[in-house]
Amino acid sequence: MSEKQRALEVLAAAQWKLALRLTAAMMAVYFGFILLVAWAKPLLGRQLVPGLSLGILLGALVIVTAWILIWIYVRWANSHYDATVTRIRETGR
Amino acid sequence: MSSSLGSPNVAAIFFFFLFVSATLAITYWAARRTRSLEHFYAAGRSVTGLQNGLALAGDYMSAASFLGIAGLVALSGFDGLIYSIGFLVGWPVVMFLIAEPLRNLGRYTFSDVVAYRLRQTPVRIAAAIGTLAVVTFYLIAQMVGAGNLIKLLFGIPYEWAIVIVGAVMMAYVLFGGMLATTWVQIVKAVLLLGGAFMLAMMVLLRLSMNPLALFATASERFGAQVLAPGQLVADPLDALSLGIALMLGTAGLPHILMRFYTVPDAKTARSSVSYATAFIGFFYLLTFILGFGAMVIVGPDAIKAVDKGGNMAAPLLAEAVGGEGFLGFIAAVAFATILAVVAGLTLSGAAALSHDLWVNVVRAGKAPEHEQFVVARVAAVVGGLVSVALGIVFKGQNVAYMVGLAFAIAASANFPALVLSVFWRPFTTRGAQASMLVGTFSALVLIFLSPTIQISVLGHATAPFPLRNPGLVTIPLSFLVGMVVSLLTKESDAAARFDVMQHRLHLGPEADQV
Repeated sequence: MSEKQRALEVLAAAQWKLALRLTAAMMAVYFGFILLVAWAKPLLGRQLVPGLSLGILLGALVIVTAWILIWIYVRWANSHYDATVTRIRETGR
Repeated sequence: MSSSLGSPNVAAIFFFFLFVSATLAITYWAARRTRSLEHFYAAGRSVTGLQNGLALAGDYMSAASFLGIAGLVALSGFDGLIYSIGFLVGWPVVMFLIAEPLRNLGRYTFSDVVAYRLRQTPVRIAAAIGTLAVVTFYLIAQMVGAGNLIKLLFGIPYEWAIVIVGAVMMAYVLFGGMLATTWVQIVKAVLLLGGAFMLAMMVLLRLSMNPLALFATASERFGAQVLAPGQLVADPLDALSLGIALMLGTAGLPHILMRFYTVPDAKTARSSVSYATAFIGFFYLLTFILGFGAMVIVGPDAIKAVDKGGNMAAPLLAEAVGGEGFLGFIAAVAFATILAVVAGLTLSGAAALSHDLWVNVVRAGKAPEHEQFVVARVAAVVGGLVSVALGIVFKGQNVAYMVGLAFAIAASANFPALVLSVFWRPFTTRGAQASMLVGTFSALVLIFLSPTIQISVLGHATAPFPLRNPGLVTIPLSFLVGMVVSLLTKESDAAARFDVMQHRLHLGPEADQV
């Protein structure tokens, strides 16, 4: 196995690990929300201040979570991943 | 409250003609640039991240999201928001697992990626079946919705509405290809985001710019239960099943996946998903305000009086806060939305027919460019005519479940094969074939046996399969079948080419020769 091949495998493993973790995080947050919707209806109906029920707050937070997870991935990809790809392309390892 | 909905509205007709003339001018401009197949399918790979982000948003935010979700929230409150959220959470999955590999490994369709290290013919056929199934159900939902909406908004007959949508959309796809379709999506996305934002602001102006005051008014007037989960999600398994189909289906929609070929490189594919998720999330947050705004300002009874399903909540709200002129603008935006989504779907269906089936199966990948170009255009005409025919055949049918079905097939047929082919070395041709076919047909059969068809459509008392959406069963099944069959049918070529694929996946197509 060449050095280039080995460097690529390290990069691929790192990318896969992060992608899998972030996907799992999104699923956990979203399915957690859905399960609350199904099983904790009175809890989600509780209004924290007039007009803001816990359900509406958590729903909006699921959307915000999607943004944050994407931001984490893009920050990693734009710095670490892109730099590694450039290095492998140029130096072959 | 009286409404001018359904009678010819001067402003609506003016804005509609403005949109159609502008997009046809774009098509004329794009047609002069569409000289090669790469232009026709992939807009010459010249689209920027921001442009593609808007176009992805345009492809994704259908009239169903705009009118349907606003209506659901207006009539049932919080329950409608569950859809808003479900339609967004697939985008991170697209980002983490799909966008960059797709751009680096494929040319025109997602089958390029699945077939990359496998045998072409069997994989292409199975992938085309999955693609065409998704596109067909999505098209039926859009076309029937289009006919009904345009009839309600403009007062023109259903069949005429379908034919107008079909003709204009075919002009975009046939002459302007992906370049025109992309720009139609961009114009539509800007109009839809701008229109929804203006509408939300006009609602909030009446409530001292405070969304919580709006929700509180809804709760005072219609009871606190409008801010809490209600009957829509009665069964947790049902909710999970719909949720997983919405989440993973986004990453398997052929017309969305095709968009990643229009950008120059993987980094731009990445930035386009960021933009798309920002725009789509912002739009779905606006639906919170539009829905409750319609509930408070128009009122559920007035909305139901116009359309039982609540689809006219947003246009009625526009009329209530901005008069007939604003109603016309929002109606034209809804029309534009339908046109653009249908164009994107037709182009991806045409690509499956011509690029996957004709070029790679019938001609074994050896068709000359000019022949491919002709076949692609013929396929676009076929796709356009089929969608008009489907719209007319399904007139009056309850097709609301078909978008859910399209997502379930996309999540079961396309997503597992795509992920396994990119990330799992032992994947084989037979495994891919089995995963895609089992995914497609198990989703189709279980939908047929579900309460959605058996009870709501056929009127039977019970249904053999309990879930309304089959995703919870069919997505794991498709993964499992793909993996088991792969392990039973070793394919040394496919495993060996995994390293070549990894190389290209990370270093990009230009690194191939090195």
